[in-house]
Amino acid sequence: MNAVGHSVARKEAPNKVTGRARYCADITPAGTLTAALVVSRHAHARIRLEVDHARHMPGVVAVLTGQDVSLLCGEVLEDRPPLAVGKVRYWGEPVALVIAHGEAEAKRAARAVRVDYQPLPVVNTVEDAIAAGAALVHERLGQYKRAQPPVVPQAQSNIADHAKIRCGDAAEGWRNSAATVSGHFALPQVEHAAVETRCARAEILHDGRVLVQSTTQAPFEVQKLLARYFHLQQGQVIVTVPLVGGAFGGKAAVQLEILAYLASRAVNGRPVQLVNSREEDMATSPVGVGLVADVKLGASAEGLLQAAELTFWLDTGAYTDSTPRVARAMCSECTGPYRVPHIRCDAYTVYTNHTYATAFRGFGHFPLTFVIERTMDRLAEQLDMDPVELRRKNLIGPGDRTPTRMALTRSTLGDPRACLDRAAELLAGPAREQTGPHTVRARGLALFWKTSSSPPNAISGAIVTFNQDGSVNLSTGTVEMGAGTKTTSAQILAERLGLDIGQVHIHTHVNTKVDPEHWKTVASLSTFMAGRAVLEAAEDAKAQLKSVAAIVLKCAPGDLSVARGRIFLTADPNIYVAFRDVAHGYTYPGGDAIGGQIVGRGSYIMRHLTLLDEETGEGHPGPSFTVGAQGVEIDWDTRSGRYRVVRAVSVVDAGRAMNPAGARTMLQGGMCMGIGLATREGVLYGRGGQRLNDQFRTYRTMRAGEQPDEYVVELVETPQIDAPFGARPLGEHGLLAMPAAVAAAVSHAIGRPVSHLPITPESLWRLTRTAEAAR
Amino acid sequence: MATSHTGRAEHLITVNGEQRRVTLRPADTLLYILRDELGLTGAKPGCENGDCGACTVLVDGVPMKSCLLLAIEFATPEEPAAGAVPRHIETVESLDETEVQRQFLDHWAFQCGYCTSGFLMLAEGLRRQRPGASPGEVVDWLRSNICRCTSYAEIIQAVRGTLERERSAPPPV
Repeated sequence: MNAVGHSVARKEAPNKVTGRARYCADITPAGTLTAALVVSRHAHARIRLEVDHARHMPGVVAVLTGQDVSLLCGEVLEDRPPLAVGKVRYWGEPVALVIAHGEAEAKRAARAVRVDYQPLPVVNTVEDAIAAGAALVHERLGQYKRAQPPVVPQAQSNIADHAKIRCGDAAEGWRNSAATVSGHFALPQVEHAAVETRCARAEILHDGRVLVQSTTQAPFEVQKLLARYFHLQQGQVIVTVPLVGGAFGGKAAVQLEILAYLASRAVNGRPVQLVNSREEDMATSPVGVGLVADVKLGASAEGLLQAAELTFWLDTGAYTDSTPRVARAMCSECTGPYRVPHIRCDAYTVYTNHTYATAFRGFGHFPLTFVIERTMDRLAEQLDMDPVELRRKNLIGPGDRTPTRMALTRSTLGDPRACLDRAAELLAGPAREQTGPHTVRARGLALFWKTSSSPPNAISGAIVTFNQDGSVNLSTGTVEMGAGTKTTSAQILAERLGLDIGQVHIHTHVNTKVDPEHWKTVASLSTFMAGRAVLEAAEDAKAQLKSVAAIVLKCAPGDLSVARGRIFLTADPNIYVAFRDVAHGYTYPGGDAIGGQIVGRGSYIMRHLTLLDEETGEGHPGPSFTVGAQGVEIDWDTRSGRYRVVRAVSVVDAGRAMNPAGARTMLQGGMCMGIGLATREGVLYGRGGQRLNDQFRTYRTMRAGEQPDEYVVELVETPQIDAPFGARPLGEHGLLAMPAAVAAAVSHAIGRPVSHLPITPESLWRLTRTAEAAR
Repeated sequence: MATSHTGRAEHLITVNGEQRRVTLRPADTLLYILRDELGLTGAKPGCENGDCGACTVLVDGVPMKSCLLLAIEFATPEEPAAGAVPRHIETVESLDETEVQRQFLDHWAFQCGYCTSGFLMLAEGLRRQRPGASPGEVVDWLRSNICRCTSYAEIIQAVRGTLERERSAPPPV
């Protein structure tokens, strides 16, 4: 009972500690063929393929190339062929697909496909891409279909999109500024690096149905896109998603599902499965965007922000996928959680010959937070002001407007001040202190804010049915990828129906045929959107229970209450009927019955959100914000340049902690990922655009023992009044300000501003050496 | 013993205390045979080159990465030589209400659960091989596997908790 607010274990937890939890590649029906990719070994080249030999190898059923497929796909801009046609645009791009009876046969034949490359000039950096006379990654950019506006491509360039914020009068802002600072930043692309690689299986039945199983975060998007690309009715396409082994945004992109469908179509509809190798998962499937940014802030002598001018160049690699949406999300919150009257922001989605990019945990907000917070620290230095004080002075609050002119309330914003004050308290101490002959302890702090930047018409739904014993079944369209979304929904339903959490049975797997649509399991929105639908479904079920019970108990429905599996007279709980006696119709002693099966229905659609104006950026990008303050203490060795994060602090406004242990561990995990991004992670390309780190031994994530000695996570609870029980989104947020906080601490330690990621000892040595050489 | 031209042949291997008859090629990894031939999908592929440890199983009680082992190394002849002891493979499916599983649940030592089987087997191997492991040694062992969801603190606490519990438990009667 009282499920909300309790640390309820994940529903599927017992299966996860016994090896019985099933993921996509664990469920393969007998007779499934295996597909293997042939991927490009050049970053930019014209290609010619020779596949005849592979086609005739033992066990091979079919070989597909770009010539066999006439299709351009893309979430926002349709710029990506599923298999390269004529030329390749990144190292690792799929050029052919081999379908065979077994994995060994498929891989052997894939190696036998001959690809002749005629190299083209490689666009290997954002600077290359925007330089005059740059080689074009896409010659026909102007002709691509805009699948999901707004998107503003610039033909005959490498600029796939330009998003803007124009707010106030920049000239006036600079006139009012006594102090100005500017910073230039370069952050690499990053890997999602979920331990489960992406996987998809497709089968086309003779009745026309298409069965797809995959690791997607967006089963309903897969369904819609396959229907659109291949001229199917949406109902013909049935997408199922078992448990997902980590996603972090990377599994919201639709890629392998399209290839699996093409593969099945090429072999008369037989089931075909495609599983990424680790190397493919890192180099062939999309990564998180890289960012080059120029940021300029102006403030009055008292330290009040007057103007912000920001230019972002997002390295989207070879294709856009969702990057134009990421760019708009960054524009929406481009100032950080501060009040700035005059804002000018330009975000360019830039093509390069890098692996293409998609959403990454935080949807652009970890790089955004990095560049803003680093510039705020520079401003504090210039004003000779305590960085915490500068932030406190400029914090945005209820009554203020965001860069998109969205008016804020306490409910929509939360309490950034409470987060900042508490984090500053937890991190009290000098910014830099000598703790030994060669050791320095340093501290750094940063703030974040984030709204969802989701489509204004995003929907969710919930269906509640009953079992004969009075327990309930809950169906939602959210994917369980580790965030515990199904359990949260079960908690909400248990709370509203007054049931024990054990009496709420969930559909762990998603099936688009029977589960109500949930837009996508992204943007940390499941608690809010699915939760609202569950609340409505609970009320719907309760109303139906009461209407049948009212007849049985000879009273008005309004006289009744629902709790503990019973519908009872509010005035006298001893007069009641049990759920089990009415949920499938009430049967009188004579055998005659009334009522019928009770099905609770709930749905939710976003309210009052709008697309952003193309010229000014004005609009309403999300229902609420999650704000927080994070900080670290590091120990730096002055001789080797090595450092370690010894303590990490997060104070986040959770609205309401629905599941305290779940929230804390989710945030802590995000903090660990954020420290990884700060200290070691980053996609590397060679001079020819070849991928240098496509394995865990070269793309280094955090390992045990590298985590801080102490994590401190505290929650502020300012309810979001239109959210279930006041809970705010939390799934992405643990990592958002960690890289900025680590950079602040390292800057204090070495006495020089750090504007890059990842912050490795070698990069610090370079930084110091460059600074000394310039002297 | 029938052998096809691909070298595929029938062999016996001992998994979770059961003798299982499998058809394998000399090049098949133990991970592949466990998952695709025996249906033991608890061990997961994450990198198939030993970097991530999601495929960790116990071989005679010692944690090993099954993506780096050839299944044929564990094949026993139909009539083993006198005194020969078959090498015994244990997968996560053999764990049943053990302390290490309870500790992983209590400490929220997983989120998506994909790396969990590997971490559990690693921890179980540590418990058996080094029951007196120091806190530092625990971390050294855990460094062989990757988790992308948790902060590692939860996993380390679960494993230390397992060892502490073991040490304070009364000896079996």
